[in-house]
Amino acid sequence: MAALEATRMAQTARLTGRTGRMLRSAGQPVLAFAATLAVAAALLALGGHSPAGAFAALVQGAFGSWNRFVSFTLVQATPLLLAGLAVAWAFRAGAWNIGAEGQLHAGALAGVALAVSWPEAGAPALLAATFLAAAAGGAAWALIPIAMKTRLGVGEVITTLLMNFVALFLAQFLVQGPLRESRGVFNMTDEIPAAAQLPPLIPGTRLHVGFLVGLLIAGGLWAYLSRTPGGFRVRVAGASPRAAAASGRIDPARVVLRAFLASGAVAGLAGWIQVAGVTKRMYEGLSPGWGYTAIAVALLGRLHPGAIVISAVAFGALGAGGGAMQREAGIPAAWVRGTEALLVLALLAVDRGFRRTSGAGFGSAGRRGG
Amino acid sequence: MAADAGVFASFLAAATTLAVPLALAGLGEVVSERAGVINIGLEGSMIWGALGAALAALAAGPYAGLAGGAAAGAAAALVFGAFAVRLNANQIIAGTAVTIGSLGFTGAVFQSRFGATGLALELETVSPWKLPLLSELPLLGPVLFNRAPTFYAACALAPLLWWLLFRTKWGLALRAVGESPDAAHAAGLRVVRTRMLAVLFAGLMAGLAGAHLCLVHTGTFSENMSAGKGFMAVAVVVLGRWNPPGVLAAACFFGAAEALQFVLQATDADLPYPLFLALPYVLSLAALAGWFGRSRAPASLALPWPRLPGTP
Repeated sequence: MAALEATRMAQTARLTGRTGRMLRSAGQPVLAFAATLAVAAALLALGGHSPAGAFAALVQGAFGSWNRFVSFTLVQATPLLLAGLAVAWAFRAGAWNIGAEGQLHAGALAGVALAVSWPEAGAPALLAATFLAAAAGGAAWALIPIAMKTRLGVGEVITTLLMNFVALFLAQFLVQGPLRESRGVFNMTDEIPAAAQLPPLIPGTRLHVGFLVGLLIAGGLWAYLSRTPGGFRVRVAGASPRAAAASGRIDPARVVLRAFLASGAVAGLAGWIQVAGVTKRMYEGLSPGWGYTAIAVALLGRLHPGAIVISAVAFGALGAGGGAMQREAGIPAAWVRGTEALLVLALLAVDRGFRRTSGAGFGSAGRRGG
Repeated sequence: MAADAGVFASFLAAATTLAVPLALAGLGEVVSERAGVINIGLEGSMIWGALGAALAALAAGPYAGLAGGAAAGAAAALVFGAFAVRLNANQIIAGTAVTIGSLGFTGAVFQSRFGATGLALELETVSPWKLPLLSELPLLGPVLFNRAPTFYAACALAPLLWWLLFRTKWGLALRAVGESPDAAHAAGLRVVRTRMLAVLFAGLMAGLAGAHLCLVHTGTFSENMSAGKGFMAVAVVVLGRWNPPGVLAAACFFGAAEALQFVLQATDADLPYPLFLALPYVLSLAALAGWFGRSRAPASLALPWPRLPGTP
């Protein structure tokens, strides 16, 4: 009798069904996060820093007050959210877009170029036009690698990486030359007209409307992927291009091409929204590598748009807290970049276990290379 | 005429100096990719190689620096291999993570050792090896036969690796692992061990490439000094069609493209230098678009092994 009772209790306690799956898949990132904290603490101690002091400064910097959370963590989370959604869109279609960094520069450049050359435009027209320009710029930057993949069979990993460097040097060239500020003192563009700037989302803080745009795109992407035929095709093409082609109803190359262009467009928006909401100008080194961090953001969110919102805020906190860590605990902010990578590796390690039980981990999704 | 010859000689010297890190890292990567593993973390191995070389050179001189760089590069590759080969994780993601982490942690180590301002570090460079007689040849002699050992290593390893890969049992086994790990496994080859060793060799070579940046080319270390050269090396492998001599040729081509900016800047100071910096990357893309159709990657490149049930 006791044994039967125990079995029944175990059955009740076991996580089953939809809720169980969700809890399990949320547990993996949490486990990875904990493992990362442990390794990072050990490394900090090894480097002669106090892990406790570092984490205190980090948490204080990221969540210390309402204003710190909104004006720093959420502001830093905004480009990561958009770029993370961009990366996830391509990854869900089974294409490795490592080029969000270049695409966000292309988007920012397109937006800035339009905004500074059309100062007489009114707010609604200029806002709409610059957003379109940024999306087009990002998509154009994604077009070359994806066309090379679908037409010529060249792997997108290398080409998107190379395109990143071309974009960085193009940005350098433009802010030193054709788009240089009219005073001609610094290597940056003129300030964009007020009509192109994004208004604050919460008055009294630095948080701008761009964060809301990110949330809307996350919601839209979630609905698209899970509730529409187009999204279904993306998921099928991503899970198994061969099965998609064999169905006779899905042309995987076409689906991947569209998803990749959309991914580039969203990454382009990430760059422009940062300029329109925060910096108001374009300059060299606009991004500290958001396009690469976005890969970690997308993976931590398990390529799910809703979860990417949470993971972007977590990474925003790392960025905001990292700055405070440098100022208050004297620990180089470069540590934060290293920690981000540890998190990705930890995710890969736990994802392996997940894959074994469900056969659906993204760690196994890649089959494309050079 | 004499002036032209001088310009040509200095162009050639610059081109080959710039080609060496691409060639070394590319020659390592060709072995890794022939075994079926694509390592985007090469960039990480290279920056660790540069930092390892700088620290070892400060402690024990330039030759210890070369060894330290190679060891540091291999250590970074060990992390990549642990995830991508041992744990069978996705190679692209593991490689990206290793690169991001390496750029971060090398910066952190450098800053904690030399201060956040990063005052210019001066390192003793590896002195060139002057080959007797050959270096006396007119024009090309000093350029080709009075060079640092890393240059000779790249030149010698290209044919050597070709021979090893395509003319020995060892090479056949390695390529079998990259083409069809299942068949290789069935034939009694140790797939995971072979891949792991190939990855470590690639890391060692990328580390040596980083050491070259530090101890031959610049004589200093700066954060992010690998500047995408590890990624370029992966592209060079594709352009060299997974064949060591081809990789060497492709590396020389990009070295020449990079060196072009120095020649052009010397003639006209007004040329926008960022566009010249972008040139090698644009040429890489153009070359990938133009050349790729005639070649084929190892069949199991970037595929995890053993394949688990339910994976594509």
